[in-house]
Amino acid sequence: MPLLEVKHMTHYFGGLRAVHDFNLSIEKGEIRGLIGPNGAGKSTVFNLITGIYRPTEGQVIFKGQNITGKRPHQIAAMGLGRTFQNLRLWRHMTVLEHVKMARYSKLTYGLVGAFFDTRKRRREEAEAEKVARDLLDLLGVYNVAHELVTNLPYGMQRRVEMARALAVEPDILFLDEPTAGMNPEELVEMMDVIRQVHQEFDLAIFLIEHRMKFVMELCQRIQTLVFGEVIAEGTPEEIQNNPKVIEAYLGEEVET
Amino acid sequence: MASKLTNKAAFFKQTPALGWLLTGLVIAGLEMAVGKPLARFLGIGKIPALFGFLIIFKKPSLQFPFIFNDLGIIAGVIVYDILIYLLPLVLVTWLTYRLTNRVAGVLYRKSALLSVLLHILLLYLVLRLWTDISTYRELVTRLTMIAVIVTLSLNVINGYMGEFSTSHPGFMAVGAYVSSVFTMALFTQSDYFGPARLPASLAPVFFPIALILGGAVAAFSALAVAIPSFRTRGDYLAIISLAYMFIVKSLFENLEVVGGPRGLGGQPDLASFPVIFVWMALGIWIINNFVRSTLGKALNAVRDDELAADAMTVNTRKTKMTAFLFGAFWAGLAGGLLAHVLRYINPGSFGLQKLAEVLAMVYFGGLNSVLGSIVGAVSINLLGEALRPLELYKWIVIPVILILVMIYRPTGLIAFREFDLVEIVKPKEIKEGDDATA
Ligand SMILES: Nc1ncnc2c1ncn2[C@@H]1O[C@H](COP(=O)(O)OP(=O)(O)OP(=O)(O)O)[C@@H](O)[C@H]1O
Ligand SMILES: [Mg+2]
Repeated sequence: MPLLEVKHMTHYFGGLRAVHDFNLSIEKGEIRGLIGPNGAGKSTVFNLITGIYRPTEGQVIFKGQNITGKRPHQIAAMGLGRTFQNLRLWRHMTVLEHVKMARYSKLTYGLVGAFFDTRKRRREEAEAEKVARDLLDLLGVYNVAHELVTNLPYGMQRRVEMARALAVEPDILFLDEPTAGMNPEELVEMMDVIRQVHQEFDLAIFLIEHRMKFVMELCQRIQTLVFGEVIAEGTPEEIQNNPKVIEAYLGEEVET
Repeated sequence: MASKLTNKAAFFKQTPALGWLLTGLVIAGLEMAVGKPLARFLGIGKIPALFGFLIIFKKPSLQFPFIFNDLGIIAGVIVYDILIYLLPLVLVTWLTYRLTNRVAGVLYRKSALLSVLLHILLLYLVLRLWTDISTYRELVTRLTMIAVIVTLSLNVINGYMGEFSTSHPGFMAVGAYVSSVFTMALFTQSDYFGPARLPASLAPVFFPIALILGGAVAAFSALAVAIPSFRTRGDYLAIISLAYMFIVKSLFENLEVVGGPRGLGGQPDLASFPVIFVWMALGIWIINNFVRSTLGKALNAVRDDELAADAMTVNTRKTKMTAFLFGAFWAGLAGGLLAHVLRYINPGSFGLQKLAEVLAMVYFGGLNSVLGSIVGAVSINLLGEALRPLELYKWIVIPVILILVMIYRPTGLIAFREFDLVEIVKPKEIKEGDDATA
């Protein structure tokens, strides 16, 4: 049984067909890539699977359970972590608070604990903090734990977002253009980070990228999306030599 | 010269909370002992109730700008304030800051919890002594403590959650009426509800139940705002909550069993100073616990980016509902206290003017900050009282102050700060270079 399966997913924004008959099957531990020109519908695919939009047609099955129409927090709590194309951090919260927040679904102390500062609450908050600090350490942002995220450079903000996504204890991690806006040096670092978390947590990863070098090196299989439709699917070599893919990218600068 | 001065005043910064409370105790004691003769000697008659503002602005018959009392009396008030407040403030903190630091340190190391409780007890004593001077002063303090609860409860919604709710006067009204009906029906002989049903000696025991019931009904009625506002994304809350406020007001205006527009009077005298103090302390403690927990911080996440919160497992709808009902509960409870302080309520007092007051306290004090709400409630309330003799001009002065705050500190005086009592009762570090006593 695949970890994540998408069957015949189609989505309309009003009259615009953003995604058409999208199919996907990701196994445990796999790294999968999704490429395509601007506006192809890649982020929409992410938002559909993670529950932000409800697909017009089709099904999403995660760990054998039909999750179509479930709310994002329910899907996330089942073990799906994600980052966003344009960082979505909380501007009045510290780095540590960000990562702790993603432990929300693991907290069981309830309102009684929240109101009366019970022993259970103290214990669970301490546990959440421990997990959060370990992740900050892993991603190299431990020393800014008490900074507001708005005070951090861009590359660090990306790492915080990654640490936050990992704090939900995902079985699969969705990364929407994790290297957007990064210089070549940061890009190489990010590649290492992704490899590292992949190994450490035995994750499946589903990532959207524009930089070919990055996708080709990391992913085992790649899908190419154009105008909401998958025009090619295969290994990096197959994709690279596929005439349809080359044509789709014609006129677009293929970054290396 | 300036640096020498700031150096001299460094003991202010090094005075621990314990030192300030001790100073407060000395001042209150001093006023009690010599306040009366001093006031008579200075020709201002009685002890000034609120630092003399009321005396300075005394003659309301004179029109602007001639609203001040005569110079002799103004001078008397100023001398009084200097002798009773300012001088002891400087002297006592200066003389005792090393001692109080040492004591605070010992207490803190022994048990932080014990130290916190002791500080609260001291605060209670200071306020009790200070308000013992006049019933007016006591009344203002009781109303201020209620305002603290109301302000905090609105800050949860408008500050921590970042929505704009305007229904608070409505919640207060619901709490006020429900608790009044409860206590009056049980413990008083009235035209509305007939003879007393229980002996008056039981009233203090049942009063918490009345308050909690008032809060609970307010929270329940808040569902009428929360469900339509939080079901969908979008900014309907401001409008729906305003509608709620007006509906509640006209509901009570048309409810003849509780007096209709004439209002409801004769509540038993249950909201004494200690009772209100305990409820305020409890309210601050619980609300502060909530906003510092990860469940409470989820409000911040929802405010700053709801979509991201949702994707990070936060149940955003439940979070918003809970916080809104929680805020409504405390507003209702405060309304119940208010009804039993004033012992008369009418629907008209839970309208736009009340809303303006509460919003002013929240936004003046500071969003997303427990301390800010305390400061906001105290300062706006005291200011309102102090400027009362100005009558209409009061409603020019207060908005101008608010506008200035909004310009220079858009989120309020003390915004986005955590309130940690354990931090507050800690001794302050003494820098040896600034040592003035040794
Ligand atoms: N919420 C929305 N409402 C209406 N149209 C939308 C919405 N979100 C996306 N679209 C449209 O759907 C199409 C696909 O957008 P999407 O963001 O998924 O593209 P993408 O492949 O992620 O592009 P990029 O590489 O620029 O991130 C675009 O035409 C976009 O304008
Ligand atoms: Mg995109």
